[in-house]
Amino acid sequence: MHEMSLCEGVIQLIEQQADEQQFTSVNTVCLEIGTLAGVEIEAMRFSFDAIAKGTIADAAKLEIISVQGLAECPLCKQQTEVTARYDLCPQCGHYPLDILAGEEMRIKELEVQ
Amino acid sequence: MCTTCGCAEGDTQIEGHAHDHSLEHHHAHSHNHDHSHEHSHNHDHGHALMATHAAGISPARILRIEQDILSKNNAYAADNKSYFKQHGMLALNLVSSPGSGKTTLLTRTLDDLKAEFSQAVIEGDQQTLLDAERIRATGVNAVQINTGKGCHLDAHMVGHAVETLKPEDNSLLFIENVGNLVCPASFDLGEAHKVVILSVTEGEDKPLKYPDMFNAAGLMILNKTDLLPYLQFDVDQCIAYAQRVNPGIAILQVSATTGEGMQAWYNWLRELHQSIQSNTQNQTTITNN
Repeated sequence: MHEMSLCEGVIQLIEQQADEQQFTSVNTVCLEIGTLAGVEIEAMRFSFDAIAKGTIADAAKLEIISVQGLAECPLCKQQTEVTARYDLCPQCGHYPLDILAGEEMRIKELEVQ
Repeated sequence: MCTTCGCAEGDTQIEGHAHDHSLEHHHAHSHNHDHSHEHSHNHDHGHALMATHAAGISPARILRIEQDILSKNNAYAADNKSYFKQHGMLALNLVSSPGSGKTTLLTRTLDDLKAEFSQAVIEGDQQTLLDAERIRATGVNAVQINTGKGCHLDAHMVGHAVETLKPEDNSLLFIENVGNLVCPASFDLGEAHKVVILSVTEGEDKPLKYPDMFNAAGLMILNKTDLLPYLQFDVDQCIAYAQRVNPGIAILQVSATTGEGMQAWYNWLRELHQSIQSNTQNQTTITNN
């Protein structure tokens, strides 16, 4: 359940932003989470509700954009969607592939006032 | 609440680290994170969110943040890393499932290398001081971090533990993470390498089941090899799985109980320690010139 710590990280970053950007409440938090980031989306939602209580993001809605894993074969340069780190190149069978996307764990946007 | 870095660690308890801070606490390393990070700015295109605007309330606005959720941890990890580097220390993050024999491997290592290196240990467990006590029985300094409900150590806890432990310059620092092959993979502590310990009493397919951890590790130690005659554990298959997830991973087979294979582990430590020493010396020479 490291999703709990990740949500604590999210709240800390939001509180820091609140100081810098002068807002007092958060309507929506939009995260980008890659499918290779080792994050359970449902655990993230569950944790966020628990962690956000009593903070500036108490009433905030959580939106999560899932980013599909994308990799490139270092040999034949074939780009392919991947579901695991150890997937083989579908064209030449080589591994490991260079991961281009899917490892994201980012706060993308906030709607604040 | 920590007045220096503003931390409130929830359930986390660090032995010897009073968190009421009635005394000004001194951070051994810089903890005033003056890190550059991308500042949010307003855009009027390409948003995932649409701002709503209700009459009578200050208008909602969209802030594009684009900040890594782990950026705070990574900043603490960078501080730890530079502290370790400055002090010529080799820090290793030992990770495994519960019951892989991590603590036995560690106590034997500490005993065998006592005469050669100054050593220190940070022990991570959810509860109890038992492991730190096992370590201290070898005569090596140890500090226990109890994470409470937390499933991993983070760089911030380790920074505080180092402050309490005050390892000597040029020492080996072993950080024994909470027994868990999932969560510690994401949290950089500032270590030189993660060392993943897998015992032959577990399944040989663990590298495929927990690929993130085996991908993040620089070394895999296959432990309890003295039990192989009694088990149906396919060593070659296990190694092939580990290399599939991480072709660059170093692999050693040891029995911390009989001592078999331990010399190879010590040589791995010596080489790495030596390379850190040369780097530190080069740095000093450059600074002095």
